[in-house]
Amino acid sequence: MSDFTDEQVKRYSRQIILPQVGGKGQRKLFEAKVLIIGAGGLGSPASLYLAAAGVGHLGIVDSDEVEVSNLQRQILHSTRDVGRPKTSSAKDRLTNLNPDVEVIVHEVRVTSENILNIIKDYDIVIDGSDNFPTRYLVNDACVISRKPLSHGGIFRFDGQAITIIPGKGPCYRCLFPEPPPRGLVPSCQEAGILGAVAGVIGLIQANEVLKFILDIGELLVGKLLIFNALESSFRQVAVPKDKNCPVCGDNPTITELIDYEEFCSLR
Amino acid sequence: MPIKVKIPTPLQKLTKNQAEVESEGKTVQELIDDLEKNYPGIKERICDEKGKVRRFINIYVNEEDVRFLKGDDTPVKDGDEISIIPAIAGGAS
Repeated sequence: MSDFTDEQVKRYSRQIILPQVGGKGQRKLFEAKVLIIGAGGLGSPASLYLAAAGVGHLGIVDSDEVEVSNLQRQILHSTRDVGRPKTSSAKDRLTNLNPDVEVIVHEVRVTSENILNIIKDYDIVIDGSDNFPTRYLVNDACVISRKPLSHGGIFRFDGQAITIIPGKGPCYRCLFPEPPPRGLVPSCQEAGILGAVAGVIGLIQANEVLKFILDIGELLVGKLLIFNALESSFRQVAVPKDKNCPVCGDNPTITELIDYEEFCSLR
Repeated sequence: MPIKVKIPTPLQKLTKNQAEVESEGKTVQELIDDLEKNYPGIKERICDEKGKVRRFINIYVNEEDVRFLKGDDTPVKDGDEISIIPAIAGGAS
């Protein structure tokens, strides 16, 4: 532990003391590079806890500015940040929380053109995006570049999370082969979300990423975690790898990234 | 014997806001047809024009996805728990 400062040993003492973490685990966290797509309802709790834990390099992708209606759940941002780019607000908040963390800002919207280049330098990706086109793009890009991915989704009082380790377990398309066509999902403007639901799922994602980096416990690989806030219930269903999966199956039909038309975003 | 079916939030408008309803049948297909009788309009949300379960919705018998069992013909019996789980997307803005 000689390369930690006294201050750092104190800061992380409550987790270094865990036999599953220790100085070695803390070093792994320092060296880890995690990309968070979306500095919103899921990305906020996820990035705050990863920064607090001392994950050394956090990339934040977002092209939006903070709006006052975000603040009910997007706890990275404060009232005074309204109108600022979310990436700037996120960087300030995370750096204030823990100056050990390098925050890398990607103030863009991910597309089929840029995503492979953005994810390539990271160890694992957290998808906290707000729409189906991005979610399928992120899944396909991670499968194609064999990049681990923590997926989380929320809708009203429901949440879902799954961890995708390409080559080892199923991907998001093994679970849901195609996004819903336009018009078949309820209007997202009227959907609504309880902030705490985003918090629960975002923290499940942070927890998955910490376990992945530390190489401890069991990941949500091949299992979909389903949370319902009204019942306070968690359940898991089995997600087998689909040999007919269009992107990771035996004869994939998707070999290039697709930009689905944007049809639904929780604005 | 009626079998319990868990209805996802987006479809609860059709089930009078009930998160769990009862349905009768020996297979997943029969359960869906019986649901349609009691909650008209629900089938077209779950199935496409050909009657196949849509590709962004899964049906589970207990913890198993019926696509990896016998699909719509998967048998169901008293005491099984059926869940309809759609893909959900929200997260950021």
